[in-house]
Amino acid sequence: MFYREAGDFKVSYQQDSQTFPIKFDRYRYYAVMAFAFLVVPFVINDYWANAILLPFLIYSIAAIGLNILVGYCGQVSLGTGGFMAVGAYACYKLMTAFPDVSMIIHVLLAGGVTAVVCVGFGLPSLRIKGFYLAVATLAAQFFLVWLFNRVPWFYNYSASGQISAPERDVFGVIITGANATATATYLFCLVFLVLCALIARNLTRGTIGRTWMAIRDMDIAAEIIGVNPLKAKLTAFAVSGFFIGISGALFFAIYLGAVEVGEVFGINKSFLVLFMVIIGGLGSIFGSFAGAAFLVLLPVVLKVVGVDILGWPTDIVAHLQLVIVGALIIVFLIMEPHGLAQLWRVAKEKLRLWPFPH
Amino acid sequence: MLDASEGYTTEDGRKIGGVVMEMKNITLRFGGVVAIKDISFDIREGEIRAIIGPNGAGKSSMLNVISGFYVPQEGEVFFHGKKRPQMRPYEVARQGIARTFQNIALFEGMSVLDNVMTGRLNYMKTGLFQQALWKGKAEQEETENREAVEKIIDFLEIQHIRKTPVARLPYGLKKRVELARALAAEPKLLLLDEPMAGMNVEEKEDMSRFILDVNDEFGTTIALIEHDMGVVMDLSDRVVVMDYGKKIGDGTPDEVRSNQAVIDAYLGVSHD
Repeated sequence: MFYREAGDFKVSYQQDSQTFPIKFDRYRYYAVMAFAFLVVPFVINDYWANAILLPFLIYSIAAIGLNILVGYCGQVSLGTGGFMAVGAYACYKLMTAFPDVSMIIHVLLAGGVTAVVCVGFGLPSLRIKGFYLAVATLAAQFFLVWLFNRVPWFYNYSASGQISAPERDVFGVIITGANATATATYLFCLVFLVLCALIARNLTRGTIGRTWMAIRDMDIAAEIIGVNPLKAKLTAFAVSGFFIGISGALFFAIYLGAVEVGEVFGINKSFLVLFMVIIGGLGSIFGSFAGAAFLVLLPVVLKVVGVDILGWPTDIVAHLQLVIVGALIIVFLIMEPHGLAQLWRVAKEKLRLWPFPH
Repeated sequence: MLDASEGYTTEDGRKIGGVVMEMKNITLRFGGVVAIKDISFDIREGEIRAIIGPNGAGKSSMLNVISGFYVPQEGEVFFHGKKRPQMRPYEVARQGIARTFQNIALFEGMSVLDNVMTGRLNYMKTGLFQQALWKGKAEQEETENREAVEKIIDFLEIQHIRKTPVARLPYGLKKRVELARALAAEPKLLLLDEPMAGMNVEEKEDMSRFILDVNDEFGTTIALIEHDMGVVMDLSDRVVVMDYGKKIGDGTPDEVRSNQAVIDAYLGVSHD
């Protein structure tokens, strides 16, 4: 077989702490990257980009961001929708105020602005935890959506109250507005996803990741060992906010093009991303991808199977989706709180011994 | 009683240095309950200092005062001759005081290696951006600290469970991992809160050996709480005895054993 751990010796601690310690995993990762960058852009069409790939890429960034906060640092947040809105509106204000500056910088700055806002709303976490913190972040969600609806400065006093992305290009290639090609938007989002995933992985395997997990697992012991809880929690909020802000900016500028804040970044969005993290796996980067892929693909697959093949009415299929997601959340919370990522780990562990488990 | 400020020599010939930590007239109250009442004692460099007493005597509270988790209402704590200002527990940890807990307080979701690496926090200096890049400073720092951690893993003989999640380990090993995490900080003063609670004789012997080895090889000053009198009398150089928040005895194991107040506290006294 190709997939073997035996004989894959590490001779240095660097080799032991790399992202993919097993050779096969490493080659598979290179293959996936090559496929994503060199094959997909040439075969992509508008349907694939808009129905599956763009939402998957953007939700993956959001899920990684939320996973850092909830899965790694143990601070529950229901404000994801609101924080994505911060990223979207920051990006919009920057795009319209500085039309000549590159979109790459705007998206990164939108992430930075969201990080600052997120830290602000993360301050209560120093005093309260769990359920009460969830309610505090819920307040952030409603407050932010209300703010962007009520203060005309945020949507540049437009009559509709919406924000819509003007046409912008990166290195001469149009990436926003109606004239952007599927290839360009896909690659733009992919670059950000890869960057975010690498940063998340680097942070979580090192010192900062360990302080986050220490706070998550036992905050009192962590403090007595030397973890500064203020610093650990607020860096988690900042990094999480940075990723969520980037995803909000991309969601608005690249994917939708025009946004009405209450509709797009409402409480439903917070729950959707939280479900991705729970189903995918708390405390796992791979889980963030798996959860995002699952919840993006589920409606598409249901529609293809239910409406196109079985010929059921559309509304029944749409409701069926809610039923399935709800049931899955309950099943995962009870049976496997660490989600798809843990199922994958367990499967690998069993296969390692198969067919002689003893 | 010992009064030489320059230290002393133990029966087995180890040299004990000057005072590392001195508690002066510590009083700790929780509302109306007085947990610790006007207690003074010192811990000297290189010694194994035991704190014993019946249940509820205030031993763990005393340890919590030393590690900065409780702030006493009265009294002063001197560390290396300097009065310690009021500080948060993580600041105390940075001064070189590490501890283990009575009920194991490991990070259950992390591997043994990650748990022990967390103990090295004081030596991690790279910032957020360097760690996000990983290559360069952060990786170098990780590797250097990993080497130090591997020495301790080696020392405590837990190599085989290095990558195992802590939640899967049996009790005895968890206690050992917790000791490893505390040792990883290379503490000047190591506090052990009932390191042998709930262990069988064999595990107790192992743990006693590790404690003596730590003291011997790294020269670490150790303060420990323990209920097993045999262990305490064998391990420790000096013993503080507490009862109902008061200090009722202080001295070498032999002195304490013959102290009438201590005998009364442990065996009871007739009221006729």
